Amino acid sequence: MPTIVLKKSVLEKVIGKKLPIDKLKDRISMLGTNLEKIESDEIHVEIFPNRPDLLSEQGFARAFSSFIGIKTGLREYKIKSSNCKVIVDKSVAMRPYTACAIVKNLKFNDERIREIIQMQEKLATTHGRKRKKSCYGIYPLQKINFPITYIAKDPKTIKFKPLGFKEDIPADKIEELHPTGKEYKQITESWTKYPFYIDCKGKVLSMLPYTNSDDLGKIDETTKDVFIECTGTDYQNVEIALNMFVTTLADMGGEIYSIEMIYPNKTSTTPNLNPSEMKIDINYVNKRLGLNLNEKEMIKYLASMGFGYKNGKALIPSYRADILHQVDLIEDIAIAYGYENLEEIIPKVATIAQEDEFEKFKKKIIYLLIGLNFLETNSYHLIPKTLQLNNMNIQSEVIPLVDPISIEYNTLRSWLLPSLLQILKENKHNEYPQNIFEIATVFLPDKQKATLVDEKQHLSIVLCNPEIDYTKIKQVIDYLLRMFSIEYTIKETAHPSFIPGRVAEVIVNKISLGFLGELHPTVLTNFTIDTPIAVCELDCNMLFELVSKNN
Amino acid sequence: MQQDIQILFEKLHPLERKVLPLIKENNTPDKIVLASKLQEVEVIRALQWLENKKIITTKEELKEVVLLDNNGRTYSKIGLPEQRFLEAIKSSSQMTDEIKKFAKLDEAEYSVCIGLLRRKNAVTIKKEANNLQITITEEGKKVLEKQKYDYQFLRSLTAEERDIASLTLDETESMNELKQRKDIIRIELRKPKTISLTEIGKELSKMNFSVSITEKLTQEMLKNNSWKDAKFRRFDVEINVPKITGGKRHFENQAIEYVKQIWLDMGFKEMTGNYVHTAYQDLDMLFVPQDHPARTMQDTFYLGNKKIMHGRLPKDFKKIKYVHENGADTGSKGWRYKWSEEEASKILLRTHTTVLSALKLQQLKKQDLPAKFFTVGKVFRNEALDWKHLFEFYQIDGIVIDPNANFKHLKGYLREFFGKMGYPDVRIRPAHFPYTEPSVEVDVLHPVKKEWIELGGAGIFRPEVVIPLLGEDIPVLAWGLGTGRIVSSYYGITDIRDMYKNDLKQLREMKLWIK
Repeated sequence: MPTIVLKKSVLEKVIGKKLPIDKLKDRISMLGTNLEKIESDEIHVEIFPNRPDLLSEQGFARAFSSFIGIKTGLREYKIKSSNCKVIVDKSVAMRPYTACAIVKNLKFNDERIREIIQMQEKLATTHGRKRKKSCYGIYPLQKINFPITYIAKDPKTIKFKPLGFKEDIPADKIEELHPTGKEYKQITESWTKYPFYIDCKGKVLSMLPYTNSDDLGKIDETTKDVFIECTGTDYQNVEIALNMFVTTLADMGGEIYSIEMIYPNKTSTTPNLNPSEMKIDINYVNKRLGLNLNEKEMIKYLASMGFGYKNGKALIPSYRADILHQVDLIEDIAIAYGYENLEEIIPKVATIAQEDEFEKFKKKIIYLLIGLNFLETNSYHLIPKTLQLNNMNIQSEVIPLVDPISIEYNTLRSWLLPSLLQILKENKHNEYPQNIFEIATVFLPDKQKATLVDEKQHLSIVLCNPEIDYTKIKQVIDYLLRMFSIEYTIKETAHPSFIPGRVAEVIVNKISLGFLGELHPTVLTNFTIDTPIAVCELDCNMLFELVSKNN
Repeated sequence: MQQDIQILFEKLHPLERKVLPLIKENNTPDKIVLASKLQEVEVIRALQWLENKKIITTKEELKEVVLLDNNGRTYSKIGLPEQRFLEAIKSSSQMTDEIKKFAKLDEAEYSVCIGLLRRKNAVTIKKEANNLQITITEEGKKVLEKQKYDYQFLRSLTAEERDIASLTLDETESMNELKQRKDIIRIELRKPKTISLTEIGKELSKMNFSVSITEKLTQEMLKNNSWKDAKFRRFDVEINVPKITGGKRHFENQAIEYVKQIWLDMGFKEMTGNYVHTAYQDLDMLFVPQDHPARTMQDTFYLGNKKIMHGRLPKDFKKIKYVHENGADTGSKGWRYKWSEEEASKILLRTHTTVLSALKLQQLKKQDLPAKFFTVGKVFRNEALDWKHLFEFYQIDGIVIDPNANFKHLKGYLREFFGKMGYPDVRIRPAHFPYTEPSVEVDVLHPVKKEWIELGGAGIFRPEVVIPLLGEDIPVLAWGLGTGRIVSSYYGITDIRDMYKNDLKQLREMKLWIK
């Protein structure tokens, strides 16, 4: 989630009031933004992804001053016509949507330029999904000549000076040479042409989604009027981004001017700052929140979150991206009411508790084994492929992760025993006997399953001490199965992890429940363990089925 | 006093009982070993116990002792070489070969003796033909007298080493003489322990040690009734004993068992389920938009060999598709994008246990309501391991499906749960999750540190989640809480990786989850 840095002094100027630090902290948290810290004049705030309109000081101050009651209700913004035109060429299919505006009479200083740049970056990362969905450019108006064209071109045919560069470079070198070209090039993988903003004198404003031109796309303290373009793959996303920019600049004192967008088959005017409407049902509000608000109160709470209200409908400001359903309005009403002001109620609803039967069964096994002095362990489900195969002398199919954090954790385990042996390997300095067990999930490839993976819970028991042999593990299994009244037979088998003649299967009703045996010295050596080990690994789900059937 | 002595007497360990009566006559451990016929370690242990009980005191003094060295051990038996030489010529002068034979001297010893005795003017030598004739002088006779003292001194060392401070003047002279010569005697430092009885010890020694005291009650004694006449040794019941350990649940699982019990006590039914799911189940059913940052490989573990595996979607997947695209019949605008089956069929490790809540909603029928469910299980996040991050950890999920449920109840359930966990101060703050509205962040106040700890998220499921799964817009309170910070704080764990370290010493010694 993005964190922004707000200047406390700027915020206080915008809201026209100083707040004690504790109150400021509390209110910021209860507005629905995560206060990280306040350091002298800097307020570090984490903005949740549903509120990109709070990513600038102006946007934040607008919401905050509503919330604390200084200036509530729907903000109205005037739009004048600029008579400027942007021509959208049909070639921009890879990034078809754009919306533009002009804001005049701004007074920029260092602080405001920083604020605009921060907003542009954070917005492109979150709202623009790292520029994939949308990105934005701001230009000093006096350097541009209208009409401007939004058009896709072969980058080999274009040269311009990207931001931060001293000379023109061929546009097809951007991905090699420019930092944003390197960072975002996966967005354009399938493109042969790239969209450009070009003015009527043929000068490049920007190459999308990478960079503005250094000549036309840099605002500084002398800039008074700006041109803003937003481009992307989703029209609503682009339009809301533009609205967030123009309202922020208007809150700084600018005047908004519209632009005529000329498409091959239609014309439209942007920005559109008309509020949208959404029906709000006061009964639904009260029922969901457990409140008993009347209409007047509801309107008051809506107003403190910046909404208007007319005839049963909420008026939603044009810069809010997150209102999909009236529940989104209900949340804002709850925030305005104050989460802290809601009572805590436990309703007297009788429901019957039920512990999962298999979980109960597992506990019975666990307490039997604890009675035999075993320690329960807790190991990761992700283990190295080599640990579960090579180290155990077996070959098998296991399920890998696409992007593991390291080779230490690159596959899902298909059996438990390797994890437990790894534990013993790391405990050689501790006292023996080391008798441990674990019941946990293992994963096997299975095309029959919708997820292509079969999950089972296994029980693995490991006995490790100098006197151990096959007999000891057989005694444990015999005790366990006897206690659950399961009739079983033991059948000798072969398994590469075990000493030949000291490994067997546990058979119930002709089905194998798992195996037991004494580990082969090669396996012990692979784990650098120098004490004999006897083990078993049983299918716990199958064991549960047998026990349930018997009882 | 007498009674105390009696009790003290009855508490004596069999070894102490053997050693104590011997101390009056034997004031060093060595002597006691000899006198008691016990092993040295047994005597040392008994003395240590007696000293702890203030029955004896011990003193260690530094002293020098003289003892025989290699050559000295031989000479103490057959005499010093020059002594033997002089003995051989004492009565009449002799030729070289004769002396060697009589005095049992080899060539080397012989030449040392000749040199030494000539320097002391003890012998005269006359050359005769190819031989030497050697005669003792008057001076030589004196030397021989003196040699006898040295010899006696050597012999006195054969039985035991001697304290230098206890030597006579003559002996001291002999010692000084001999210690200059090769490997005859050695002087060493000793720190011997001398033992003396305290007043209590003296009283105790007067007791009747011949009375038999029973150490162990045996089956035999119970069968033949001999216990009736037995006098049982009193044990020092307050003494430290060696530590033992036993079988145990893993400490984290003890805490998890308690967490489950709390929800059961509150009337919740347990949900369980798989770790591996399609993105459809884990994310799409919960209305997480397909371009949400949490769905990238940086946050979520996808399965597959270099390429992500794709599973199968259920037949009715379109109900979810439409909710995402346009809200369907939920009254929502939806996310307004083109929903991708390819994205939804990706296979992953569950990122939250909320997937089980979604699956449960899908199974419920109207007659099952109101209903309450919980689950406690592992979830997986693609996060590098460090002292405060794990890639797999426990999460608690709960849902309350009740036509009359509201936001205040959510606060009530959370408050009740954390109160039972020992954290009665709970606060909720506005937050954002794609599947709940309102959404809250849950904090609890650490009762000692007085800091708010963030423990999870909660909210009321959006109609976009509930309607496609349950069939109608019924409020569903939901939460997904972490346990790690409460559990590690309880056990005093500062590095969260210790939860999966499985250090057997730690597992054996870790305190119980007491609640």
